[in-house]
Amino acid sequence: MNPIPEQKIHDTLANANLQLAIYDATARLMHKRRTALDNPLAADFEAWREQANRIKRHTIENLDHYLEQLEQNLVHNGGKVIWARDATEAADFILKLAKDNNALRLVKSKSMTTEEIDLNERLEHHRLDVVETDLGEYILQLAHQRPYHIVAPALHMTRYQVADIFTERLGVAREVVIEKQTMIARAKLREKFLTADIGITGANFLIADSGAVVVVENEGNARLSSSAPRIQIAVAGLEKLIPRAQDLAIFLKILGRSATGQPLTVYTSFLAGPRRAGEIDGPEQFYLVLVDNGRTRVLADRDKRQALYCIRCGACLNHCPVYRKIGGHNYPWVYSGPIGAILSPLFHGVTEDPWLPSASSLCGACGEVCPVKIEIPKILLELRNDVVKAKQREGSGKLERWAFRIWAFFMRHPKLYEMAGMAAPAILPEASGGAWIQSVALPLRIGPLARWLSQRDLPPPAARSFRQQWRERRRQA
Amino acid sequence: MPKRVSLFVTCVVDQLFPRAGMAMADVLERLGYQLDFPEAQTCCGQPAFNSGFWDQAREVAAHFLDVFEDAECIVVPSGSCTAMITHHFAGIMEADPALLARARRIESRVYEFSRFLTEVAGVEDVGARFPHTVTYHDSCHALRELKIKSGPRQLLSAVSGLTLKEMDAAEECCGFGGTFSVKFDEVSGAMARTKIESIHRTGAEYVVSIDSSCLMQLQGALSRAGSPVRALHLSEVLASR
Repeated sequence: MNPIPEQKIHDTLANANLQLAIYDATARLMHKRRTALDNPLAADFEAWREQANRIKRHTIENLDHYLEQLEQNLVHNGGKVIWARDATEAADFILKLAKDNNALRLVKSKSMTTEEIDLNERLEHHRLDVVETDLGEYILQLAHQRPYHIVAPALHMTRYQVADIFTERLGVAREVVIEKQTMIARAKLREKFLTADIGITGANFLIADSGAVVVVENEGNARLSSSAPRIQIAVAGLEKLIPRAQDLAIFLKILGRSATGQPLTVYTSFLAGPRRAGEIDGPEQFYLVLVDNGRTRVLADRDKRQALYCIRCGACLNHCPVYRKIGGHNYPWVYSGPIGAILSPLFHGVTEDPWLPSASSLCGACGEVCPVKIEIPKILLELRNDVVKAKQREGSGKLERWAFRIWAFFMRHPKLYEMAGMAAPAILPEASGGAWIQSVALPLRIGPLARWLSQRDLPPPAARSFRQQWRERRRQA
Repeated sequence: MPKRVSLFVTCVVDQLFPRAGMAMADVLERLGYQLDFPEAQTCCGQPAFNSGFWDQAREVAAHFLDVFEDAECIVVPSGSCTAMITHHFAGIMEADPALLARARRIESRVYEFSRFLTEVAGVEDVGARFPHTVTYHDSCHALRELKIKSGPRQLLSAVSGLTLKEMDAAEECCGFGGTFSVKFDEVSGAMARTKIESIHRTGAEYVVSIDSSCLMQLQGALSRAGSPVRALHLSEVLASR
């Protein structure tokens, strides 16, 4: 059971530049989404959400059927499906494939699933040259950092920081103009694309009835990664399925708008197998690595399996007032924000980071914007209950458990409740004129009271409670 | 239309902000309602529910049902406590069909105060006078669970002398979140400070809400920042003359 990373959170909050970067970047993304939804073209957005939710629910409830259908169709297209139970199995397959084909360089487009299974580290460990080709991911790879955000991985970095990283890692002259930085990355990456043996992409959707992988992006790097190298690998979580090609329209409409406010991303690539006879381009070999890595565990949880509907748009992060303060690196796993706060415990169990489902004010903004209508606040509450039960089994968290037992006892006994209420004014002396309390005597400076006062003033206890005043009012009447 | 209304003032109002409760009673009495305050009432159980202690929440929720079972109409000066009763009681009572049935029966008779005024009593102008500039804070559970957004604003707009100025972050959480406010005190405090920056940008003298827990968080942060802005419950504004 890991404790709350209080020091790390404190450092994030104390970093004024970082706070500004997170707040502004998420505000921009929120504004773009709002603008896209206010457009008459998106007048049916609520209906799209409802339909997307229904399609995802149907797919997840019948995942076994659609997975088999996907494999059949993908094999029919000339590809191969590799079923990876966990990160090791996924990485081992890619390592063996690279070895068998004398491949030394791999280019990658953005993929949270490969982040999830630490693919880069595993491949680099075997001296393979793995290159991230999404600009944000490229910057992070150079800086040896994890993505800060599902959609905008380098959201927390300023162009000045990027200038430093480029100078230090690429040996180029310092450049702070964003367009010119992009050109530096483009020149470096173009050479990598042309000399890579293997291209790795993620997948936004897997279409069962077509055996196709769909990748959406804005930079063209996923299209290059999937077409230039002779071997193509798509790595995808097995929840990425949708049943039919015709279902895709609705998901493309909600994904772009929710993520970046775009009606459609710049590129939408359909990868359906290797080059066929008579075609002039495309890879010679095509593989889809389907990653479980805990997904079947989530699938077994009837109440919370809806977490698997997630299409990784990042809208819940942008709208989360907690993410907007603590950023992406204080969450324990690659998935941050509200969706991370439910995916991490669902994949790894609630005991690893029992604080995580509690790191939310339960404001509900995440559930309100989720394009596939995952009930994130409800799942957070259920996970908190799971944490309480797990702690009880392990015999930990005694103080909080007893506090709530005693609290409940008082709340069931109105006389005790009233007496406890009358004790408060005796302990906390009322300041003159009903002013709010800034600090309390040293012996009281503990626990929740101290933590409240660390940030805010405390209301003075009412001299007479509502019920006391009510009785008096009734007597006088 | 009910003539008789039972008040569930919530533990926060009872113990910390009785003025908000008395003001609610004043407004309702002026509208001609007979008020009943069942003395055995305590809390809705939300603190335990939000902290994952569902057994304890269920005990306290069952106590609420015992107290209010026969009430014709229950009015609550809190969106969050109302939502606990109408949206979450059922979830923690699933394993107990008898209790669940009792919770289901009470749901439709529980009203958040502003909703009672606009949708049951059918009033917008309660005859209040409050010659000040105010801004309205959407409390999260009222806004997103109960879908209360325009009602309180209509009530405020009808107050004589009152100028309502919208803040840019009206729908953003104040950072309270129950035990979140002390488990993640620094994050909670940072959220409150962001919110009060938005309040200050309006130039309002008062920030008004329908949840005393948000108001406790906001007034606590305003007071700590030395701000002259005051946090008030909607009922206190509507009771002013």
